[in-house]
Amino acid sequence: MTEVLSPTIPPARFRVVNQPIKRADAREKIAGLTSYAADHELPGMLHAQLIRSLMPSARIIHRDVSRALEVPGVVAVLLGEDVPNNELSSGVPGQQVEIQAFRATSFVLATERVRYHGEPIAMIIASDEDALAEAEARVEIELQELPGVFDPEHALQPDAALVHESGNLLGSWSIDHGDIEAALGDADVVVEGEYATQFVDHAYLEPEAGVAWLDDEGVINIRSSTQVVEHFRDVAKILGLPHAKVRVIAPYLGGGFGGKEDMTVEPYLGLAVHRTGRPVKMVWSRLESLQARFKRHPMRLRYKTAATSDGTILGHDIEILADAGAYPLLSAYVLLYASINATGPYLCRNVRVRARAAYTNNTPCSAMRGFGGMQVVFGYESQMDKVARALSMDPAALRKRNSLAKGDRIPVGQPMLTTVWLSQCIDAAQAAAGPKPAPRDSRHVVGRGLACNIQPYGRAVWLNDSASAWVGFELDGSVVIRCGVTDVGGGQVSALAQIAAEILGVELEQVTVHFGDSARTPLAGTTTATRQLYMSGNATLQAATQLRDQILTGVAEGTGAPRDQLRMEPAGVAMPLGVLPLTEALAMCVRLGQSVQALSTFFGPRGREIGQQLATDRIYPDATFGAHVADVEVDLDTGEVRVLNYAACHDVGRAINPQSVEGQIIGAVAQGIGYALYERVVFQDGFNLTSGFFQYVIPSSQDLPEIKCVVLESGEGLGPFGARGIGEPPIGPCAATIASAVEDAIGVRLTRLPILPEHVVSCLRAPSVQGLPRN
Amino acid sequence: MRRVTTTVTLNNQQVRAEAPPHYTLLRWLRDLVGAHEVKEGCGEGVCGACTVLVDGRPVSSCCVLAVEVDGAEVCTSRGLLHRDGTLSRLQQCFWEAGAAQCGFCTQGMLITASALLASGAKPSREEIREALRGNLCRCTGYQAIVNAVERAASAPEVPA
Repeated sequence: MTEVLSPTIPPARFRVVNQPIKRADAREKIAGLTSYAADHELPGMLHAQLIRSLMPSARIIHRDVSRALEVPGVVAVLLGEDVPNNELSSGVPGQQVEIQAFRATSFVLATERVRYHGEPIAMIIASDEDALAEAEARVEIELQELPGVFDPEHALQPDAALVHESGNLLGSWSIDHGDIEAALGDADVVVEGEYATQFVDHAYLEPEAGVAWLDDEGVINIRSSTQVVEHFRDVAKILGLPHAKVRVIAPYLGGGFGGKEDMTVEPYLGLAVHRTGRPVKMVWSRLESLQARFKRHPMRLRYKTAATSDGTILGHDIEILADAGAYPLLSAYVLLYASINATGPYLCRNVRVRARAAYTNNTPCSAMRGFGGMQVVFGYESQMDKVARALSMDPAALRKRNSLAKGDRIPVGQPMLTTVWLSQCIDAAQAAAGPKPAPRDSRHVVGRGLACNIQPYGRAVWLNDSASAWVGFELDGSVVIRCGVTDVGGGQVSALAQIAAEILGVELEQVTVHFGDSARTPLAGTTTATRQLYMSGNATLQAATQLRDQILTGVAEGTGAPRDQLRMEPAGVAMPLGVLPLTEALAMCVRLGQSVQALSTFFGPRGREIGQQLATDRIYPDATFGAHVADVEVDLDTGEVRVLNYAACHDVGRAINPQSVEGQIIGAVAQGIGYALYERVVFQDGFNLTSGFFQYVIPSSQDLPEIKCVVLESGEGLGPFGARGIGEPPIGPCAATIASAVEDAIGVRLTRLPILPEHVVSCLRAPSVQGLPRN
Repeated sequence: MRRVTTTVTLNNQQVRAEAPPHYTLLRWLRDLVGAHEVKEGCGEGVCGACTVLVDGRPVSSCCVLAVEVDGAEVCTSRGLLHRDGTLSRLQQCFWEAGAAQCGFCTQGMLITASALLASGAKPSREEIREALRGNLCRCTGYQAIVNAVERAASAPEVPA
């Protein structure tokens, strides 16, 4: 296993990486030529649509599809009984002791019981969308309402209605590090706080969609908007087919943000093709996406923080309660990431964490950008501000004083293996923010806030993560990369082309990437967990390096030139006496039997699985750090908060494409400001009331300030050329930064997200409304 | 079901298709004449992904019926390309500025921006943000898009 791939090229000599190149995929998108999942069409294609539960908790007492089948054009109406293995089971890791190998099963199509508003019960397959609409009205489903539970605290009370028979506790994690009681006793100051975050939707502009068909080899092909082509195995299991008989292809996605990590349309498309033998398209409406697609977990956070008078954080006592919604999905992992990141980017010697996730009859929650590491930023950074205020200390100085350093361990035991540039990020963000603006009039106040974060990149070590890439030359000098990476819009594919071009000495335009195909590209794992540049980037780097060595060995053999004096550059292979054109070098290699292609697999660090009590020596590969500064204006009459100025700084190790890195950071800040100020999915007794974008408000171009983005490059990261992951990290600090700025403006800490005008107004009128002492 | 013939000039080419009268322009463009560059993001006129020019005016194609635009000129993001398939100046500026990430909103964003710039105006960044407020983007934070439109406005189109 290679822990750190040492770059053989000094940064000053980078030709292709570290340059702000224009992405090839972006050109096709801008020209309107990219075929997204819903754009694909095949002759004789059918259309499919799900019938979903209209109740959050009910017994299914009657289903009759006969009248729907009478509609001209309707080919089939499928129920759970029509699914060969009607199970979507999710393992809940590390929970065996406490809840005895508990597995909660969810269903492709529910047959007896529904547990959330929007749960699929039936699927209609028809020749066109008008027939689907007519048939939908004729599918008879009778539900008998059952008691439900809609709040995670209520769910854990003894008399709560059960979401699952095994109980409403999905899982729990504990950390006991050092002696928190002693730390609280010894502290000069102890501050307490309670914080609450909301249900959040990914709100990618492209709703869930796909087209599937049966090919000449009897393979079910599913071309869908997914972050994970490896779901072919899950679909095969559901259909009772060998894994090799299902293929998943991911075209360029119209956004993912974690919402296309779990399966969406894939099992339904697979089932529809399996039953009809014909091509089938399924596209979810925005209503379906908002009401039934898995959300970001609301969390309730309770912190008690101990510090000494000189500003040393002695310890945190932390409780976390997450609403998992109706099914487990990735909740245990999300809660794990909340637990291990709950003390932030700071050294902390005494910690107690008690984290629980409860089932409710709300829409299930699962992965979303930040993956549990994000909600807790709102908790720990609010606490850092409180400590600073209690000690009359500069919030930046407090953070720098407690910053992790290389070699330190976070409470769970994870070591910081690469440099921690937290202080540098704070300084750079503050410098970029410039002076705090003055209020425009007496009815407005302005405040400045600061927040920092740590966000891991790469998957948990016991998952033994790997990614493979194939790199080869065509005989005309073109380079082909085959890699199963999916591209959610962040430039995942384009970065691989840069890496190969750099190593092979070719121009970027010579490189073509085949990607996102479970049958025809080497598997590269999920585009999640901020892992693709790290994993597939390293796999491509390894394969390209191997290929370069093969070519140079072949040329050395063919020409007699000393191997160590050969170099690949755009014109060909540079030799002491001139340049051998690339096509001649390749022809020489082929003649000599030297391969002009290479396949390589990169393995992430491996480690042992954790138990419910979290203590280990390694849990993730590495982490990315950052600091944000915001200035906000608060309208004293309306409570409206407007972001005037925003600066975000992260150490990305090495920016493979600085333009993509800036895009990730600024885009994440936009989502983070939405999280802080606008976005929430609203439930009333389990009924999801958020049915459209007119209710689910994501920031528009007018809601956002000009965002100043500072990219630091420490050169230390485990990715190619020292890169760190940057997909998720920049969304973390935003809500805490805004809350900090609002507090600076009005003197009250808002502890509930989003920070809506009505909350601000009630604070302005009665500061005790938020239930917080003002330290 | 009754079907109605609609004829439009789509990106300088006349196209004609029969559809039930309740078909939206969006559905008509995507399903009947293969203009898949027009995207459906919400289907209710909020997100702007389906924006097309109808006789030079940007409209949400999910909110008008195909029959309403019979005889009109309709322009999509593909219609902004030069005849030889190269990018228009606005598109080139989008590319250079990194204004497209996932690219899904880009189709409507380009259309709204092209309408803004059609008059030869040189809008301020605030005016650009105001003009684009009906086109939602979840990836970029809009800044690179504003940069692209600002750059495109700063110099006239150079004929290919």
